[in-house]
Amino acid sequence: MNSIIFTAGARILVALVFVFSLFMLLRGHHLPGGGFIGGLLGAISFIVYALACGSEEARKALRVSPEGLAMVGLGIALAAGLVSALFGDPLFTGQWYWVGGDSYETALFSINSVLVFDIGVYLVVLGGILSLTFAFDEET
Amino acid sequence: MAEDSDPNAPWVNVAGMTTVAITAALFVFFLLYVPEVAAGAPVLWSWDWIPSLQIRMSFWLDGLSLMFALLITGIGAFVMLYAARYLAGHPQYNRFALYLFSFMLSMLGLVLADNLVTLFVFWELTTFTSYLLIGFSHGDPKSRRNALQALLLTAAGGLALLAGLILLGMTQGTFEISEINAAGSLAGEPYYLLILLLFLAGAFTKSAQVPFHFWLPNAMAAPTPVSAYLHSATMVKAGVYLLARMHPSLSGSDVWVWVLTIFGAVTAVFASLMALRQIDLKQTLAYTTLMALGTLTMFLAGSTGYAITAAMTFLLVHSLYKACLFLTIGVIDHATGTRDADVLGGLARAMPITATMAALAGLAMAGIPPFLGFIAKEVAYAGALGMALTIFVVLMSLAAFALMFAVAAIVAYRPFFGPQGALPRKPHEGPWPMLLGPATLAVLGLLAGLMPGVTAHYLVEPAVAAVMGAPDEGGRLKLWAGFNLPLVLSLLTFALGFFLYLRHLDLRARLARIEARGPNLDARWDWLLERFMDFAKFQTRVIQTGVMRQYLFATFTVLSLAILVPLILRPVGGVTLAFAGLSLIEWGVAFLIAAGTILVVLTSSRIAALVGLGVVGIGVALIFIMYSAPDVAITQLLVELLVVVLLAVALLKMPYLDPSNRQVHRPFDAALAVVVGGLTTIVLLAVVDVPFDRRLTDFFEGASWTEAFGRNIVNVILVDFRTLDTFGEIAVVIVAALGAYALLKGGSRRAPEDEPAKGEKE
Repeated sequence: MNSIIFTAGARILVALVFVFSLFMLLRGHHLPGGGFIGGLLGAISFIVYALACGSEEARKALRVSPEGLAMVGLGIALAAGLVSALFGDPLFTGQWYWVGGDSYETALFSINSVLVFDIGVYLVVLGGILSLTFAFDEET
Repeated sequence: MAEDSDPNAPWVNVAGMTTVAITAALFVFFLLYVPEVAAGAPVLWSWDWIPSLQIRMSFWLDGLSLMFALLITGIGAFVMLYAARYLAGHPQYNRFALYLFSFMLSMLGLVLADNLVTLFVFWELTTFTSYLLIGFSHGDPKSRRNALQALLLTAAGGLALLAGLILLGMTQGTFEISEINAAGSLAGEPYYLLILLLFLAGAFTKSAQVPFHFWLPNAMAAPTPVSAYLHSATMVKAGVYLLARMHPSLSGSDVWVWVLTIFGAVTAVFASLMALRQIDLKQTLAYTTLMALGTLTMFLAGSTGYAITAAMTFLLVHSLYKACLFLTIGVIDHATGTRDADVLGGLARAMPITATMAALAGLAMAGIPPFLGFIAKEVAYAGALGMALTIFVVLMSLAAFALMFAVAAIVAYRPFFGPQGALPRKPHEGPWPMLLGPATLAVLGLLAGLMPGVTAHYLVEPAVAAVMGAPDEGGRLKLWAGFNLPLVLSLLTFALGFFLYLRHLDLRARLARIEARGPNLDARWDWLLERFMDFAKFQTRVIQTGVMRQYLFATFTVLSLAILVPLILRPVGGVTLAFAGLSLIEWGVAFLIAAGTILVVLTSSRIAALVGLGVVGIGVALIFIMYSAPDVAITQLLVELLVVVLLAVALLKMPYLDPSNRQVHRPFDAALAVVVGGLTTIVLLAVVDVPFDRRLTDFFEGASWTEAFGRNIVNVILVDFRTLDTFGEIAVVIVAALGAYALLKGGSRRAPEDEPAKGEKE
């Protein structure tokens, strides 16, 4: 699409939507959001960029191949599930580590496998949709 | 083949030497268990795998599995060392080492497995790894075809075996082989015959019994070390192993005796005749392997101590001399560039070490005293005399052993001392890594024969005890058992074998003529596969028209039938439609959705239709918001957005809807749409009429915070309570994306015009 307004606007919009997608990913545990929604938003931001500047440019902006991203995401999700084996729990049991306390109420923050899994979901959705879209755009 | 290898290339590399070292270490590990097992104390290693299905990762080391484990790791280590030199400089040597090592581990797992399911997993792994090994020269279409043939045939047998072992496990209430065997023979129990036949189908395809034999000689397309390892010492014996392993529970019926005896005997004699007929020495050996498998099957039909001892002794001696001879042929091939029996001759002067070890192995194969082969043959005759169908078994054994005597001379004597033809290369002695293995195996064959007591006590008798399911009295392996009928039969074998060797060129020509007239199963196989492909093409043409509209029509017709039929068979009570109490906003959203739908149906512009669809989607998202499902609403909105954007990209490049074509099917489409919509509405209303079961909702509302520390129930379910489902879903996302990617990128040879947006999620 050769529209200067769209191209110029898209550059700003894309960055905002992408940051917003990360925000949606992180807030997902308590408020609407999560890896799936975040991944969709992230994908939309890059698709808009691809429409504005071409999928060649969008690939460059992504820096890594979307297929690889999706694979890494799946690997991260699996790894998050396997962590529970170290603690003798069944596969994919959420593991929580409290920093600065010993329960959710007292701790400053937590390190947990659940968020790691969600990040994996985010990457899979982002990479999966983008690999499809880019291929689609380049082919048609 | 050795064409790709470079004789001057360095052959010591990390991949090769690591696999050799690990395999040798495993051999030593198993060797340490020999005294314990010989004393009658089997070892069990066991871990829970899927306890709810009684599936355990359990391994059982008794006499039988120990003998196999020693052969697999011992011969394996030598073969890997040999392969490192044989394939030195081959660009894909590392891959080969990986395949061979994986195969070794699969085979080891197979013979050690005590759980039927574990056994099956390893059984299929050996099929799979051997497929990779047979097809190692994947540039060669013949090699690929033969690999596929072996895979399809043995995997088909594997499926039969799977059905059999599930049936066995279900009827016996346990999947542990040791427990099933401890209960004794199952003959006479319900399903016994079916179980037996399914097991035999698996074993006979794997061990290449006639009429499933044709894949084995074809599998010789593999590099020589693979033939030596898989197709003589290990994999093809998996079927025989299975028969031996299940002997205590599956034998004891007439069916067992008859089927094994006849199939085994026919395979043995047929294969030894075919061996005599071959010119390629490797093919000759391939057929003698078949002969050995037939002989083993035949003796496993028996239940007497002598019959089983014959099977186990022959198994041991065959693995030793056959692996040695295969490797020797590889050395000859490597040195002279040919395996043609007519050309090879007089190599003893140039290759003294190879000649010596070939002679040792050949003497063992021919069954000359004092080699173990002689003892095996004596015991075999003693066993045959005690089996059912005595005359038949004795005559078939006599024929097979005499033919084998002749073949031994062809393979081990003639290339070294016979007349020499025009060799492609000047022969030279092989390098030591290729001689170490065969030499050791040849010497072991001699030592085992010189010390029959030791061989019997540590290897054969524990194995016999395992097969019989009872301690073995032993004492059957003797170099001199007195002047008796087996000895007479042995002498007869020598005389007959010598005669056959003298006449073998004449016989070969005659056999070739007979073979040309008989049915060619190999060609039949190709014919069968082609018909199968034709059928696949036919049904693809019928079902896959390539017209999206027809696919959708079929899908929705099936959907409406799937709803309609249960509704008619089990009518729901009453369905109430209550419009009262709807707010203005709700009416508005309903109107929006209806308007969008009407636009889609009536417009002739793709873009307008797309916008109409978008309106419908957003209307649905609004409903989700009104009924407080923000997560679903957001997802719906985003997916809707994506679909519209993607389709817009595609539609920009597509023509307007074809007005001339559309009128014909429109009434049908409309009717179908009304039916699907109406039925879905009825089902939804019926569902809503049933009081809502809040148990799951209450659980998740309560546990979401206390157990998973999250307040967004939807997300907590996705990433904590039902993580495995989510994991499956994201795997599907990847598969769908990659599939669509392949369709889009891979279709460049043909213009991709149909199915613009496949693999869309949600």
